[in-house]
Amino acid sequence: MSEATKEDIPRLTPEQVEALGAELDAIRQRVTDDLGERDASYIRRVIRVQRGLEVAGRSLLFAGILPPAWLAGTAALSLSKILDNMEIGHNVMHGQYDWMGDPALDSRRFEWDTASPADQWRHSHNYMHHTFTNIVGKDRDVGYGILRMTEEQRWHPYYLGNPVYATLLALLFQWGVALHDLEVDRIGKPDDMGRAERLRRARGVWRKSRRQLAKDYLLFPLLAGPFAPLVFAGNASANVVRNLWAFMIIFCGHFPDGTEMFAEDECENESRGQWYLRQLLGSANLEGGRLFHILSGNLSHQIEHHLYPDLPAHRYAEIAPEVRAICRRYGLPYNTGPLSKQFGTVVRRICRLALPGGRSGPPRRAPLAEAA
Amino acid sequence: MLPSTAALPRPRLPSLARRLGEAATGPHGLDRYLELLSPLWVRGECRARIEAVRPEATDCATLVLRPNRAWDGMAAGQHVPVSVEIDGVCHERRFSVASSAHRRDGRIELTVKIHPDGRVSRHLVTRARPGTILRLGPAAGDFTLPWPRPPRLLLISGGSGITPVMSMLRTLCDEGHDGRVDFLHYARTRRDAIFADEVAALARRHPNVHPRTILTREERDGGRFRAGHLPRDHTDCETYVCGPAPLIEAVTDHWDRAGLSHRLHREFFRPPATRPAVDAAGRVCFERSGVTAAGDGRPLLEQAEAAGLTPAHGCRMGICRGCVCRKTAGRVRDLQTGRLSGDGEEDIRICVNAPAGDVTLQI
Repeated sequence: MSEATKEDIPRLTPEQVEALGAELDAIRQRVTDDLGERDASYIRRVIRVQRGLEVAGRSLLFAGILPPAWLAGTAALSLSKILDNMEIGHNVMHGQYDWMGDPALDSRRFEWDTASPADQWRHSHNYMHHTFTNIVGKDRDVGYGILRMTEEQRWHPYYLGNPVYATLLALLFQWGVALHDLEVDRIGKPDDMGRAERLRRARGVWRKSRRQLAKDYLLFPLLAGPFAPLVFAGNASANVVRNLWAFMIIFCGHFPDGTEMFAEDECENESRGQWYLRQLLGSANLEGGRLFHILSGNLSHQIEHHLYPDLPAHRYAEIAPEVRAICRRYGLPYNTGPLSKQFGTVVRRICRLALPGGRSGPPRRAPLAEAA
Repeated sequence: MLPSTAALPRPRLPSLARRLGEAATGPHGLDRYLELLSPLWVRGECRARIEAVRPEATDCATLVLRPNRAWDGMAAGQHVPVSVEIDGVCHERRFSVASSAHRRDGRIELTVKIHPDGRVSRHLVTRARPGTILRLGPAAGDFTLPWPRPPRLLLISGGSGITPVMSMLRTLCDEGHDGRVDFLHYARTRRDAIFADEVAALARRHPNVHPRTILTREERDGGRFRAGHLPRDHTDCETYVCGPAPLIEAVTDHWDRAGLSHRLHREFFRPPATRPAVDAAGRVCFERSGVTAAGDGRPLLEQAEAAGLTPAHGCRMGICRGCVCRKTAGRVRDLQTGRLSGDGEEDIRICVNAPAGDVTLQI
């Protein structure tokens, strides 16, 4: 439950905003000082489990003629891809483990088991999304250039298909992420990157994704000989399961009811405290058990992740109570709930915004404006 | 061409099998799976397992290492970068190899003495256990014996500077070298004399080896280097010296005065240079661009841009790591936390770090 609704969000004075920033900085400092062996063994254990699941999944699929083996193999491979993308790839590429100095966990060298090439992801995610979080027109994660996710996006008859596009995006999420950086929706607009740059990025996507395609849909099926179709189907299913899961978790990060969107002019010359405040107001958490948090890549602690994108994600659960207490003291909302509830409001928003208008709640106040 | 050991024959996987293996294990690569079976099975990275830890003299231990197949061997006198993980963080330091370049079992030995401020040397001597995995870099350094071996050799060392010349002595003995080798070593006390027993044993087996140890704390005159310690015919020797700076300076002086500096080969053993942290005052060197600028208190990214450079960057607020680059020397201060960095090589975010004294960046 959010602890405050939109109307309750207090207008903090500039001094309060900076004090909030200082309190949040103090948490960062404390965790940074404490990083060590525990974090190193955690991420290595997750990697061991992921690689084990992958080998087990791919091996079981070779015996996929037996239905239980096919199901178990597909499940193991799905889990492997989920762990690889969510708790390992996303977090390692944020630089959460760069302090270790281990070349295998270096954010600038890491690649992940998905179509999107790591270098493009780091730019669009670490920089664009995490810096300009929820700023409509700048944060391309708001609708991925295909969906209408906020009433601030002007309605167009195209958006009648919002639920259909969302379903397709969910099923093909890794391709949505990979093609996201090509910014096809901006072709011909003033902020277009231009043909040459788009071509360069497209080549990068093709180089990365053809290897992914060859591995899942050519090499492993061929190695299975007569059982090729079963391996092909298992691999395709694992990719789809990962796509659906990632879509659900990621769309619950910024689009459940109660999360705020911002206009570009609100965020000009933002201070550190204001940036923190925007991250707090624009993110939402998911409640669940330890396994759920791990499988979500700890994006279930989206609020903590957006405050501290480069702290090891398994630490978020430990600092969440402190962040929540700070929010309570400043009267700020701390948006959290179970997956079913949060995702339910996301689905409702996608459907509602297919139609013109769409402002369902009271007019949004800009809590950042006062402080600016 | 210097003789070098190839630790173990390198396996040559048929290229098709290798390519299939890489394709099947992409994007992580075969090594990331092999290492889960055994950390030494990786092919793209040189690693070694500590097989044994042998206490030597005071505060000193020898690590017997079994390198994997990526180890390319070394020449006597060379050093290797050794990376060890302490509390989750990899630390890299260079150590001279002490063992012979011709060991049959493919092992290499590092003899490490605790440096008073040395976190790594302390860890290796006191905490390293058999089974610990270290990462190694390629052996390097030109403090090596020429081939063919000079007929007359003089090896001089002080303290833990004995390791590269010990490697030379062991290598020469393994080669059956029969020219006279004088081995002059300076140690503080008998208990500090590293390899004393082994050198004596080598001298017994090899009549051409003539060791002499000077115990600097036990000699009446303070035991510093002087010409009287040298063999009479030292002017005929190819001489190799390694040790603390005062020893090397004294030896260099003597050889210079004799006009024989071309016959003297030196290896400095020095603790990492520590520079004082001086906020803002200093020079920032962007080494790739060959640009140097006077440092100030602004983030290095802004200073690079002010100097006309265009380093890659993103958020300019320390979150996206788009601006991370290598600092090769100097200290920086994190403007968000106020924390001062070490002065070694490391990756830093130039958008939130300001120079603290002289800094060199790979930009």
